[in-house]
Amino acid sequence: MYRYDTYDQTLVDERVAQFRDQMARHLAGRLPEEEFRPLRLQNGLYIQKHAPMLRIAIPYGMLSSTQLRALGDITRRYDRGYGHFTTRQNLQLNWPALEDVPEILADLAKVQMHAIQTSGNCIRNTTSDQFAGIASDEVEDPRPWCELIRQWSTLHPEFAFLPRKFKIAVSGAAEDRAAIQVHDIGLRLWHDSDGSLKVKVLAGGGLGRTPMIGDVVREDLPWQHLLTYLEACVRVYNQFGRRDNKFKARIKILVKALGIEEFRRRVDAEWAHLKDGPQTLNQAAVDSARAHFVEPERRAVSEQDIAAFEALRGENRAFARFVTNNVTDHKVPGYKAVTLSLKRREHAPGDVTADHMDAVADLAERYSFGELRVTHEQNLVLSDVPVDQLEALWQELEALGMANPTVGTLNDIICCPGGDYCGLANAVSIPIAQALQERFEDLDFLYDLGPLDLNISGCMNACGHHHVGHIGILGVDKKGEEYYQISIGGNATDDASLGKILGPSFYREDVPEVIDKVLKVYVEQRHDDERFLDTYRRIGLKPFKERVYA
Amino acid sequence: MPDTQLEHAQTLIKLGQPEQDEWALSRVEEALPKQRPVIVPLALWQANAEDPQLAPWLASDTLLDDELAKALAKAPLVAIDFPAFTDGRGYSLARLLRERYGYQAEVRAIGDVLVDQLYYMSRCGFDALALRDDQHLDDALRALGAFSVSYQPGVDVQEALFERRLREANGA
Repeated sequence: MYRYDTYDQTLVDERVAQFRDQMARHLAGRLPEEEFRPLRLQNGLYIQKHAPMLRIAIPYGMLSSTQLRALGDITRRYDRGYGHFTTRQNLQLNWPALEDVPEILADLAKVQMHAIQTSGNCIRNTTSDQFAGIASDEVEDPRPWCELIRQWSTLHPEFAFLPRKFKIAVSGAAEDRAAIQVHDIGLRLWHDSDGSLKVKVLAGGGLGRTPMIGDVVREDLPWQHLLTYLEACVRVYNQFGRRDNKFKARIKILVKALGIEEFRRRVDAEWAHLKDGPQTLNQAAVDSARAHFVEPERRAVSEQDIAAFEALRGENRAFARFVTNNVTDHKVPGYKAVTLSLKRREHAPGDVTADHMDAVADLAERYSFGELRVTHEQNLVLSDVPVDQLEALWQELEALGMANPTVGTLNDIICCPGGDYCGLANAVSIPIAQALQERFEDLDFLYDLGPLDLNISGCMNACGHHHVGHIGILGVDKKGEEYYQISIGGNATDDASLGKILGPSFYREDVPEVIDKVLKVYVEQRHDDERFLDTYRRIGLKPFKERVYA
Repeated sequence: MPDTQLEHAQTLIKLGQPEQDEWALSRVEEALPKQRPVIVPLALWQANAEDPQLAPWLASDTLLDDELAKALAKAPLVAIDFPAFTDGRGYSLARLLRERYGYQAEVRAIGDVLVDQLYYMSRCGFDALALRDDQHLDDALRALGAFSVSYQPGVDVQEALFERRLREANGA
């Protein structure tokens, strides 16, 4: 993974000093809250319902075991001994003290981490595919490109006060696991027929109040121009994005208002001046970024060991379930990627205690070269596990409660912190997730349902990505009471789509029953192995509606 | 118009140092003030551009095209207004003025110009910073020097850090 050199380290150290100064001026009354606010947000610090919240950046989801241990240590010393992994591959602390934040940032800097631009109206942490570098369907490893984008966007002097937040996602594989169609800018790396690397650039996707699928701005941007082209896109947005209404300030509203042709024309006009400028990439620059993401020194796994693993899978039903659901194929034979489920009934989705962070860091070192990834589904991944170690790893994960063989099922719920923590939320979301996990815990039933994304957001800011859940649940507030609106048919991957609202919203206690009815319609109507999403696409909303509101 | 409506920045930082400000600022669109030198709204300056003691200020939503840039080339200084410090359009305007149109004279930030935005402003080509009156000079000077390294090229440093690393790795 990427390691800082003295320049990177100097920059984060100076950032800590800068924020320490800002915090001191704020506490001394020289920097009023409304002027401090954007500064603290751009260092990840929110003032929440019960306490401040600090969002720590995990660039494109890559984390080392050393960093994870340091995070555990920080949650012990400055918080309540746990952290929350988010849908943007970051980590949130729910209870830090305001005045401790400069110290926390200083501790993060010691392990090459920061909280820069994890909030605020600026370019946020770039997200990517959790199986980058190991997926068999990968054309180009997106991580070096993410790192180049991270550096370009970090403390970009022109784009610190955009009309609204700006999120970039990058995918380099056949299957889009980074949800690039629902980002302000989505990038897909691909090879043309000559084998030269091109970038497909999408703009104007996003969730939130007005969910939209991104439009293609450019199909085949040569890689050399990635940064100058991004700069042109963001400059057009900075100049023309709406600033009069924060609900209409995202780039998607601008793209929609101008139309994609006019947006493209403006970007191209801007780019004409920036193209071939000082940020044009060259082979040496890309090679030097790639040198941080070399293949680990994997030992060979013998045919016998592979055969023994397959045999165990045939004999041991519990192991087989784990492998089928939580283990992903690797480009190297004999290796697998293992997803650690953070969807445990005794914890909120995505929450991990400090002790478990330590334990997982140990596992990463013993089984997977000391590296981990955070997924946008709020799980963790060990990306390089030899199959002859899978059984041992599985048993250790069982002991941690992270081997729930339910990844990708209805039980693998994406969920924002919701009204229990978040100042923006209209309603709680964690108790809904827990009620659903309790109701639908029978493994045979979950497997019979097949792949099913159920996403919950506590408000229309959509941190829980409810619009792109096959089933989406949105907390709404009506005259001070919590209600839940249910939508179906959303999807975040290649054939992305936005869910359609079923109808009037429900009381909290009725949600599990309503979901049960939706699932029953699917089970009755599906053809053979048809996925929930495909059944919905075939039969439409009506049968679901009729059952639920009967 | 009565010159009592003129603004005078209490603290002006020019090229990183505090400086006595000669220029007054008028936000009145309708009439020229008597005082000289004075910074006036763009339209008023365009109508009186032959007066060398007048300079224009640009609103943050100004469309800076070739024609306007050509006219501005004659201005003794160009000010760019920040109606609120959260309005980031002025950063793009300054970079366009410097990098695309090669404007050489003073580019001044006016309006809601606060300590914690000065570093970004200086990177985007503002060489004169007219601080809002309640801002402290020592805070401002410290904030200007907050960073010794940057990833992106700007008006100050024209080389991207990735290029600098390659150059240094090659012993240059």
